[in-house]
Amino acid sequence: MEKWRATSNLRRSLKSILNRQLSTVSEFRYLNEKRSCQSSFNLIRDCKSLGQVNAIQHRCFSSASTLVQRNPSFSTLNSDDISYFKGLLGEKSVIQDEDRLETVNTDWMHKYKGSSKLLLLPRSTEEVAQILRYCNSRCLAVVPQGGNTGLVGGSVPVFDEVIVNVSSMKNIISFDKVSGILVCEAGCILENLISFLDNQGFIMPLDLGAKGSCQIGGNVSTNAGGLRLVRYGSLHENVLGLEAVLANGDVLDMLGTLRKDNTGYDLKHLFIGSEGSLGIVTKVSILTPPKLSSVNIAFLACNDYSSCQKLLMEAKRKLGEILSAFEFLDTEAMNLVLHQFDGVRNPLPASMHNFYILIETTGSDESYNREKLEAFLLSSMEDGLISDGVLAQDINQASSFWRIREGVPEALMKAGAVYKYDLSLPVEKMYDLVDDMRIRLGDLAKVVGYGHLGDGNLHLNVSAPEYDDKILEQIEPYVYEWTSKHRGSISAEHGLGLMKANKVYYSKSAETVQTMASIKKLLDPNGILNPYKVLPHSLNS
Amino acid sequence: MKIMVAVKRVVDYAVKIRIKPDKSGVETQNVNMSMNPFCEIALEEALKIKESGLAKEVVAVTMGPSNCVDTLRTGLAMGADRGIHVEAARDLVPLSVAKVLKKLVEVENPGLLILGKQAIDDDCNQTGQMIAALLGWPQGTFASKVVLDKEKQVATVDREVDGGLETLCLDLPAVITTDLRLNQPRYATLPNIMKAKSKPIKRYTPEELNVEIKSGLEVVQVTEPPKRKAGVILSSVDELIDKLKNEAHVI
Repeated sequence: MEKWRATSNLRRSLKSILNRQLSTVSEFRYLNEKRSCQSSFNLIRDCKSLGQVNAIQHRCFSSASTLVQRNPSFSTLNSDDISYFKGLLGEKSVIQDEDRLETVNTDWMHKYKGSSKLLLLPRSTEEVAQILRYCNSRCLAVVPQGGNTGLVGGSVPVFDEVIVNVSSMKNIISFDKVSGILVCEAGCILENLISFLDNQGFIMPLDLGAKGSCQIGGNVSTNAGGLRLVRYGSLHENVLGLEAVLANGDVLDMLGTLRKDNTGYDLKHLFIGSEGSLGIVTKVSILTPPKLSSVNIAFLACNDYSSCQKLLMEAKRKLGEILSAFEFLDTEAMNLVLHQFDGVRNPLPASMHNFYILIETTGSDESYNREKLEAFLLSSMEDGLISDGVLAQDINQASSFWRIREGVPEALMKAGAVYKYDLSLPVEKMYDLVDDMRIRLGDLAKVVGYGHLGDGNLHLNVSAPEYDDKILEQIEPYVYEWTSKHRGSISAEHGLGLMKANKVYYSKSAETVQTMASIKKLLDPNGILNPYKVLPHSLNS
Repeated sequence: MKIMVAVKRVVDYAVKIRIKPDKSGVETQNVNMSMNPFCEIALEEALKIKESGLAKEVVAVTMGPSNCVDTLRTGLAMGADRGIHVEAARDLVPLSVAKVLKKLVEVENPGLLILGKQAIDDDCNQTGQMIAALLGWPQGTFASKVVLDKEKQVATVDREVDGGLETLCLDLPAVITTDLRLNQPRYATLPNIMKAKSKPIKRYTPEELNVEIKSGLEVVQVTEPPKRKAGVILSSVDELIDKLKNEAHVI
């Protein structure tokens, strides 16, 4: 592992040199900047002697099937555009500095890298509207961006799209203590909202590992799921209203704070999960549940996957209304986390078990809930469903259990190259896929399975020291076909982004997708919002 | 040999502390409570010694109102064999705790008394030292390493002191108070939680033990520390000198 860290350090320092030219050998950038690519190859060859090349060359990978060409109908930025934006937003909100562009052009996983030359930081809905109105008239492509924590390349440019980042719009507009309805701007970081609500005695209905960086606008645009979906439901249920700006600069004010409002078509649901391709979300009104005092968490071990399933059934029945999270990880995932992080220790060190389950209960009565949880755990143990387990005795222990589960994506990143798949499958079949993949890949790579068992959502990750097309061949399209065969979803919560733009047919019928394309054409006739993503490229001509 | 461990129920370490509006103390209603982290370390050390075969029994002791039994249950779930709960209406000051412990030691006759170095609610760091004085036992406080020698009946304790580490050799019976780096407390496993339900907890009252717990101290007021004021950005060295001279009065 040390070797890998040294590699990445060296790579980062070389990155700034390489980025003057073309650092990556991904297809879409090649098509765009053919000439500079030639010289970059020389640079890479020179770097070969440093022995770090493989890592650099393969750091940005793209599946062969996402070979995209820049849409020639989009204009290129010129100095007039820059002057206009500077006049509109002020010098500070118009960024052309290469170092800052470097960060916003690259996604969290360092898998996708665009070549945008302009980052805009609007501070109000009006500014967003004017930006879009201008870009629409000039036919300039735009990428809406928030915390840039997306995992399917949906938050970064593919070519030179203008990045409209809403991070500066981070005000909490209002909070009603009686109803728990929070109205805030799209750039509010989830963790900040959680802290704010904590002081008021409420919690956000969603929680995810990326909470320190992800923003609520992005969460809503991708219909983020997270760890508490099993209890509080998805964002479609919790978002009461939103304000979005359409491609032509029209502002749709659907910022209602009403639980019930059956007046006309409920358009906000179109924007929830459309990944910025139908409009830029600028404000959100969300229903927040009250913070209940008694939270208990148990970390359990099971011998086989069928026990995990039975445990889930029993938990839903016996814990019922107090169950707030049901997560699982397999041995591979546990090993990875223990290996990659220093401060983390295995709560069940006696032996390595096959599966680990994390159960959290939230309720209002401490002793009642604790007894209920203990009774459930003890009876499950007696029935042989659990082989071992621990119950957190204080908040620190609880956080350490969550650290293990939430740390898996980070640990995968540190371990090298990772192929990430997020699938919804019938619970009985979920782990069969992991076993199948292990057989298929053999020694080529490590297959890690973890996820929201309570929602039937598997995060299948394949970890290898480096990206390698041989590995990719074995994974795609097998994973998608397998999922499709069981009528699952090829993207449970991560969305389609760039990674799965052409894959939607595995989970949706052709007619459905055609209707989606019609809606896109209606709301964004020039196709400037987040192009090349979400819907298949063949539909965009 | 028997080991006695004193544990205290305190506001959970991760909770944000609030003062009661009447300034009489810290808000403890509807707040998560748990075992004092240093007491967890003390109990872990006792359990380790028992597992290495040098002790036969670990007894956990707590004092306070009836909800303190929760902490005892945690201790039993971690692996203590028995619990003792001394019922008292409100929080006891270290001297009272030490007096009660002295009586319990006379009843139980442990070879080793382990406590956390201090409680995170009052930060007194007094109980261990007081009980050692009352009993006339040697004390090894701020322990970061404890090694027992059964034959010679001594405990070698590494203490964390300001200058570094000090190693003391204590004749048993002795009092040890634990510091942060001594060990990492174990989690309460389900089998142990199951067993804990049947482990005995003996109840005493201070009157039964003939201990006077009236405190000579009275808490007058509890307030928050003054809020840290924002810094000021100065524009020149002259302004800095002026402020240091006339406002801060340091030059």
